[in-house]
Amino acid sequence: MKALSQRRRHPLAALALLLMALLVTGGIYAAASTANEAQAQTTTFTANDVEEGSKLFSANCASCHGMGATGSDAAPSLVGVGAASVDFQVGSGRMPLQMDGPQAQAKPVQFTDEQTRQMAAYVASLGAGPAIPDEEILDASEGDSSNGGELFRVNCAMCHNAAAAGGALTRGKFAPSIDGTSEKHIYEAMVTGPQNMPVFSDANISPEDKQDIIAFLKTIEEQGSPGGADLGSLGPVSEGLFIWVAGLGVIIAFTVWLTSRSS
Amino acid sequence: MSSSTATTTYTPKTRVGKVTDYVDSRVGGSGIVKEFGRKIFPDHWTFMFGEVALYTFVILLISGTWLTFFYDPSMAETHYEGSYLPLRGVEMSVAYASSLDISFDIRGGLFMRQIHHWAALLFAASVAVHMLRVFFTGAFRRPREFNWVVGCVLLILSLAAGFTGYSLPDDLLSGNGLRIIDGVMKAIPVVGTYLSFFLFGGEFPGTMIIGRLYVLHILLIPAVILLLIGIHLFMVVLHKHSQFAGPGRTNTNVVGYPVGPVYAAKAGGFFFIVFGVLAAIAAAFTINPIWNYGPYDPSPVSAGTQPDWYIGWVDGALRLMPGTLGNNFDFEFMIPFPWGVNALSLNVLIPALVPAAIVFTLMFAWPWIEAWVTKDKREHHLLDRPRNAPSRTAIGVAGITFYCVLWAAASSDLIATHFLVSLNDVTYWLRALVFLGPVLAFMVTRRIALALQRKDREIALHGRETGRIVRLPHGEFIEVHEQVDDYKRYKLTSFDSPEVMVPKPDENGRISRLDKVHGRVSRFFFEDRVAPVTPKELAASHGDHHDEIAGAKDRESIASH
Repeated sequence: MKALSQRRRHPLAALALLLMALLVTGGIYAAASTANEAQAQTTTFTANDVEEGSKLFSANCASCHGMGATGSDAAPSLVGVGAASVDFQVGSGRMPLQMDGPQAQAKPVQFTDEQTRQMAAYVASLGAGPAIPDEEILDASEGDSSNGGELFRVNCAMCHNAAAAGGALTRGKFAPSIDGTSEKHIYEAMVTGPQNMPVFSDANISPEDKQDIIAFLKTIEEQGSPGGADLGSLGPVSEGLFIWVAGLGVIIAFTVWLTSRSS
Repeated sequence: MSSSTATTTYTPKTRVGKVTDYVDSRVGGSGIVKEFGRKIFPDHWTFMFGEVALYTFVILLISGTWLTFFYDPSMAETHYEGSYLPLRGVEMSVAYASSLDISFDIRGGLFMRQIHHWAALLFAASVAVHMLRVFFTGAFRRPREFNWVVGCVLLILSLAAGFTGYSLPDDLLSGNGLRIIDGVMKAIPVVGTYLSFFLFGGEFPGTMIIGRLYVLHILLIPAVILLLIGIHLFMVVLHKHSQFAGPGRTNTNVVGYPVGPVYAAKAGGFFFIVFGVLAAIAAAFTINPIWNYGPYDPSPVSAGTQPDWYIGWVDGALRLMPGTLGNNFDFEFMIPFPWGVNALSLNVLIPALVPAAIVFTLMFAWPWIEAWVTKDKREHHLLDRPRNAPSRTAIGVAGITFYCVLWAAASSDLIATHFLVSLNDVTYWLRALVFLGPVLAFMVTRRIALALQRKDREIALHGRETGRIVRLPHGEFIEVHEQVDDYKRYKLTSFDSPEVMVPKPDENGRISRLDKVHGRVSRFFFEDRVAPVTPKELAASHGDHHDEIAGAKDRESIASH
């Protein structure tokens, strides 16, 4: 105790104190909050799933992601990406990658649901990561679509467009249209951040808020366009194109007709 | 009908006649009908875009009046309680809530909103096309210069009307548009911030702007547009309508139908056609789905945020402007003034103001620029075919190209996603095209115009190629040319073709600098020229062509090709 009090005026004492304070608050926060905790696996995978998944992985994914999914020059390590990531990438047809390019394109799904599940089980066994979401949290009818709409406009619309019709990013990358995307894939995209999308962790947007966003997306998808054909929901560009081509085109046809029998 | 002097002697017999005579003897309507009812209008489909603009404006007035019954331009905050579920309970302005009510809770409201907005897009488009028609046919020349200027002002007012209306629903999309206007105003050195605070009544967005735009949109701008439409049409009546050249159509007459009864019926019917087309579009196609965008909040910006088409080119210019050149030059200068340092943000000011300044200055001044080049002070009531004024047409197409490149730039993100190309590459290409495109367009258009003139010349002199190959008795093959009729030939041959004016020295033997410049500009305009067919040439070729199977002349013309 004496040694400590003797050194209390040491030039580095303040720094040491600050470090200690940070460690204590950070440690307490990490212990008390579950938000940043890697989710425990809620869907149960059997050892058989993991083994089958490992075989499928070696046959279909390891050429880029490496044996043991530790990554290579061509593709990132998948340790800790979680089952949700595999379920999204493989389940939406983005993986296996069709070709190198600015980003993975969605294409027809290459594996059965069972095979996807087995690969997810294998990748989940490598390290803790986001799990495949539960059915209850994906139920759009339980969500609040107006809260979801506000969250969507603040967090998602700048890339995906206010009507979820998609938009351009730099150098050939893009945010796809969310129209027709399943509840599960929307949720998984938010927790895993595929391609250029940021991760929206549970600390950022809570699972209930994610459910609200899904409710909003499903509401606008199912209600259709109240005002007639939506012209791609692309805003004033498609409206301008339409009035110049179709609107003015029809008017010109009439002007030609009206002056066709003249002097 | 009787005129006012005849009322003393004329006694109508029927009841309708008596009523009519009673009114007419007090307001003199028959004099007006007599004057305007016999006004002649020539027929050509391109002459009808001004009418389309007028009719869409009437539709805008009708539908807009209806919308004012239900729209509330208040920026007070409220929670939406209407029937659109995904916005229920969301905090928003009263203006946005009342726009949603018009869309979902007022019978016919969504249709009226959509017809108003579609009509606004068509209004601006028809004004633009009408101006292009006037430009490319040379209808702005003396005596119509002032009417061209009135038209230019009307174009700017239609843009102003459109923009103020676009902002009224106070949705996210229009709020983003206002934010750009705010940014452009603040980029004006020294006074920018004050101007912005003046317009918005404080810091953006404030609580005033919607009410202020509403007054401009429903009162001031439509009133000025109406006034200028009155002046515009008065001058059309005063100057009489221009017409294309044709047999019997000269610079001193107008060949066509009178307003009463033919044109009144045609024009009235055309109004309902335009109304019907717009109603069909408004019923079947959604426009500005404000419920998608949500209430305005300065923090979110949606992908695919664009202005309506007529403001698109300014947005495009802003998108094309690089933020920095290389790594060091950032277009931003700090200018010390006695009261402190002011920023000069050229990366905002140049794209926001320079293209518009170039286009509008040239547009307003064009009648006088061209008159100075041609030194032509005559009255023109006969229109040019665009090919017969190659340089003017080429300059017009260059202008359109410049505009369209900027316009396309406003949709660079959609070009990238829909044609699967990189957004960056789209931007680089458009940056190059904004400078090179107009030059290329000028050269190509002038070549095409001259080539078409040459083709016209050939047809006037030698007739149309029939594609019928005939073998002559001695074995030679020729293609039969068929002479065009006199009406057609008249159209092909009767046009002015100005020649290069060489600067002449004055009495002191000097050529002023301005004259030298004029000489160079004149050479630029008229050096490449296809002379119209002279009567002498026509007579010479005509003599050979009375036989359908032509002889020597045809062989010559084939050989010369």
